[in-house]
Amino acid sequence: MAQVSIRKVVKAYEGGVQAVKGIDLEIADHEFVVLVGPSGCGKSTTLRMIAGLEEITSGEIAIGGRVVNDIPPRDRDIAMVFQNYALYPHMSVFDNMAFGLTLRKFAKEEIRRRVENAARILDITPLLDRKPKALSGGQRQRVAMGRAIVRDPKVFLFDEPLSNLDAKLRVQMRTEIKKVHQTVNTTTVYVTHDQVEAMTLADRVVVMNHGVIEQVGPPQELYHRPTTRFVAGFIGSPAMNFIPAQVENGSGALRLNLPNGIVLPVPEERTARYTPVAGKEVLFGIRPEHLTEPKNLDRQNIAVFELTPEVIEPMGMETLVHLWLQGSEVCSRIDPTTPAEPGRPMQVAADLNHMHLIDPQSGRVL
Amino acid sequence: MADGNVVTAPGVPAAVAPPATGALHRIARRQSTLAFLMTLPLLAVIGGLVAYPFFYAVYLSMLNKRMTRFIGIENYTFLLSRETFQSVIWQSVIFAVGAVIAKAMIGFILAHVLHALPAKGQRKWRGMLLVPWVIPPAISTLAWWWLFDPSYSAINWLVAAVGVPPVAWLGEPSWARFSVILVNVWYGAPFFMIMYLAALKSVPDQLYEAAAIDGATGWQKLRHVTVPMMRNIISITVLFSLIVTFANFDIVRILTNGGPQDKTHIFGTYAFQVGIQSGDLPLGASVSLFMFPILAIFAIFVLRGVTRRSKEMAG
Amino acid sequence: MSATTAAPAQAQIYHKAGSIKNERRWAMIGAYIALAVFVVFFMFPPFHMLVTSLKSSAEIADLQGNPWIVRSPTLENYRDLLTQGNYVLHFRNSVIVTLCVVAITMVVSILAAFALARMRFWGSSMLATGVFLTYLVPETLLFIPLFQIIGGLGLYNNLLAMILIYPTLTVPFATWIMIGYFSSIPKELDEAALIDGANHFQMLWKIFIPVALPGILAATIFAFTVSWAQFLYPMAFLVSSENMVLTVGIVSDLIRGDTFQWGKIMAGALMAAAPPLLVYAFLMDYYIAGLTAGATKG
Repeated sequence: MAQVSIRKVVKAYEGGVQAVKGIDLEIADHEFVVLVGPSGCGKSTTLRMIAGLEEITSGEIAIGGRVVNDIPPRDRDIAMVFQNYALYPHMSVFDNMAFGLTLRKFAKEEIRRRVENAARILDITPLLDRKPKALSGGQRQRVAMGRAIVRDPKVFLFDEPLSNLDAKLRVQMRTEIKKVHQTVNTTTVYVTHDQVEAMTLADRVVVMNHGVIEQVGPPQELYHRPTTRFVAGFIGSPAMNFIPAQVENGSGALRLNLPNGIVLPVPEERTARYTPVAGKEVLFGIRPEHLTEPKNLDRQNIAVFELTPEVIEPMGMETLVHLWLQGSEVCSRIDPTTPAEPGRPMQVAADLNHMHLIDPQSGRVL
Repeated sequence: MADGNVVTAPGVPAAVAPPATGALHRIARRQSTLAFLMTLPLLAVIGGLVAYPFFYAVYLSMLNKRMTRFIGIENYTFLLSRETFQSVIWQSVIFAVGAVIAKAMIGFILAHVLHALPAKGQRKWRGMLLVPWVIPPAISTLAWWWLFDPSYSAINWLVAAVGVPPVAWLGEPSWARFSVILVNVWYGAPFFMIMYLAALKSVPDQLYEAAAIDGATGWQKLRHVTVPMMRNIISITVLFSLIVTFANFDIVRILTNGGPQDKTHIFGTYAFQVGIQSGDLPLGASVSLFMFPILAIFAIFVLRGVTRRSKEMAG
Repeated sequence: MSATTAAPAQAQIYHKAGSIKNERRWAMIGAYIALAVFVVFFMFPPFHMLVTSLKSSAEIADLQGNPWIVRSPTLENYRDLLTQGNYVLHFRNSVIVTLCVVAITMVVSILAAFALARMRFWGSSMLATGVFLTYLVPETLLFIPLFQIIGGLGLYNNLLAMILIYPTLTVPFATWIMIGYFSSIPKELDEAALIDGANHFQMLWKIFIPVALPGILAATIFAFTVSWAQFLYPMAFLVSSENMVLTVGIVSDLIRGDTFQWGKIMAGALMAAAPPLLVYAFLMDYYIAGLTAGATKG
């Protein structure tokens, strides 16, 4: 059994700086969990505490039911893939992958079997005799993964493994990693700052910010039902639009007053939810794909209003239109065939079925 | 409109290539003559004061004592037949190899110890530990000379305090050999410490982390990560020190002047005694030239290994 | 995890519990012990030098008591050295020789390093290796032929001979240090300067030297230390006391026959060791950078 339990873990440095401020997380056996967040949010620190490369200030971490706080990395039965690969430059690919097994005095045939098996999974068999210097970035990353696979550990730890690769290679390696997980099915904790990687790879995503966990859940849940402003703005690209608004109670039906005199009717099914904040300032959150050119207007809860675009970005499969609304930038995704010009007012349809209201003080999604 | 690479308006002559290459050639030539001129002083120093004297020494070594006639390799055969000189060869090798091994080990240990300290403390300790290297050896050897003085030795006073009889540090041949090596080790170990510390710092931390996760204990990390990564520096430092220690003069000259009974003479001091003090310059030249082939062989072996490993690990 | 399977796993852990902290603590204790031992070993000779220099001849000759402490400290050794005899002269000679040699060394090696590091010309890589090879020809080999050559030039027993010969010891390594530093300056700086209209000397003076200043300082310190500490060449070529430098002067002047004036010798030695120690104390990082230049820059 290889579940990972993180209970009330805190990491503080000398001088009182807290990189991780008390987090709780239960990772199930075979699960692929991604820790994602901006620089300095504590995700790498958390990973390194699981690995034993950082000391746990307080709280406990258990792997496979066993508390590992005081156990050195070599006895935790884990494997790690580093951002800079950390391959031993003086050893061949084969020796790099075999190193952990050699140290533990495995039989030669067993080592050979495991290394060749991993090499096959990762498609690096022809590279076994080369030295790291003679490999490309993508190949080195595969060798690093191979080194982890041969160990057959309880947990795989990935520390931003794709950050050093160019964009195209990154996409390719992402699918490789997913394939490998499907083959070997080991519990995986993966750290990245790229929310696209999080969304595509994870069974569950853990969004971290300033040393705390903002939200945990499957990718779709974080996308459609974020619970904090941070998660709402972090997940999804281009990011969700946040427009300051005021909720007004118009005798039973709620209205949303936006800048520029735009008034949007709040969907009926949400009246009960939003009534408590009537009269208050809120943030209106809506994703760019829910701000489109007017289409399918016969559906419920679609509001149309007029805005003037500032910047048009044709992406090919869609066009991004950046509009300004009294200090807030609004991004909308429209069909590439719809005419749009900077400076010429256009009609925008907001799909209010997918709207979010956020309390500006607490950051909570209402 | 555009015609291949050259866009020309009608009436304007196309392409100005030929004069451009001429100008480039001139610049290149000027640069290389200028560069040559800038290295001329260096060439003069090396050529006039190192290469020329070296060949002159070879020539000298083949002359007789009064430098009136050519005697070929007679000086060398003469030296090799003397027991004193045979001992000198032996003593020089023991001195160099023994001292370098000790210095390398001490330097290695100290480098590791320093590297494990927090940065602030590291500076302080490092500062204190480099002192023997900073003081000119001819000066610090005077202090050792006084410490080893047959009648007043402060070390013997300490040693007597634990009940051991006084040691004739410089008077008894075996102790004298030990003493000169000791002083050389005292002087040279900090150099190894500093070089190895620099090399240790250049090993990426992540390799150690990867090794820790792969299951390596402290000793295994040393064997499989630290030493292989440091092998080049270790080789170069050892080679450099072998050369310098082998060709040592200051320490032996001041401490024992080769004695007692020529038992601590090394090539440098023996050449000085024979060549300058006894006035037989050609013989002295032969003595010092003896060093050269040995040093050259060391250098070739080590450098070959170094360039091979550098190619393996680059990039 | 059932209770029965948890127990053996727990038992296995307990012998490892706290193992990271324990390992680290013992390692630190061992480290500090080793450090203390070596600091004592490295520092006790200079310490004894200091102690002896503060003793009168009477106290030195007195065999009773602890030679490691001073009972009645006196500055008479220092006073005597600075007022009588040739010590001050020797000091002055050392200073003159060292300053000249450092100046010559820096000019020669900066010019050569700049050319070798930045400008491509026939034989440049050969020359760079050649520089390293000069260290295979040590001073203990060169001093004999140089004896003849110096004599032939009429510079025997002349300080000028020192100024002439010392650069053979300092220039190769100083050049090597400078080549390393110059090579690490990005080529784009050259090109920007060329476009801005600078000729090569202007590039050297206005761009390279300021940027490579740490390397220059390191090489200067190296040249200074080597010149100041030189012993064999002065011993071979300087005969009369007025022309001697410190390293040989101390020994020749203060030892008459069988009488060793140890107090004065130690005082003289300490004062002679002072300049390198001071340079080291204030510029330690550059000092070390000079040494390790070969190591880290290949």
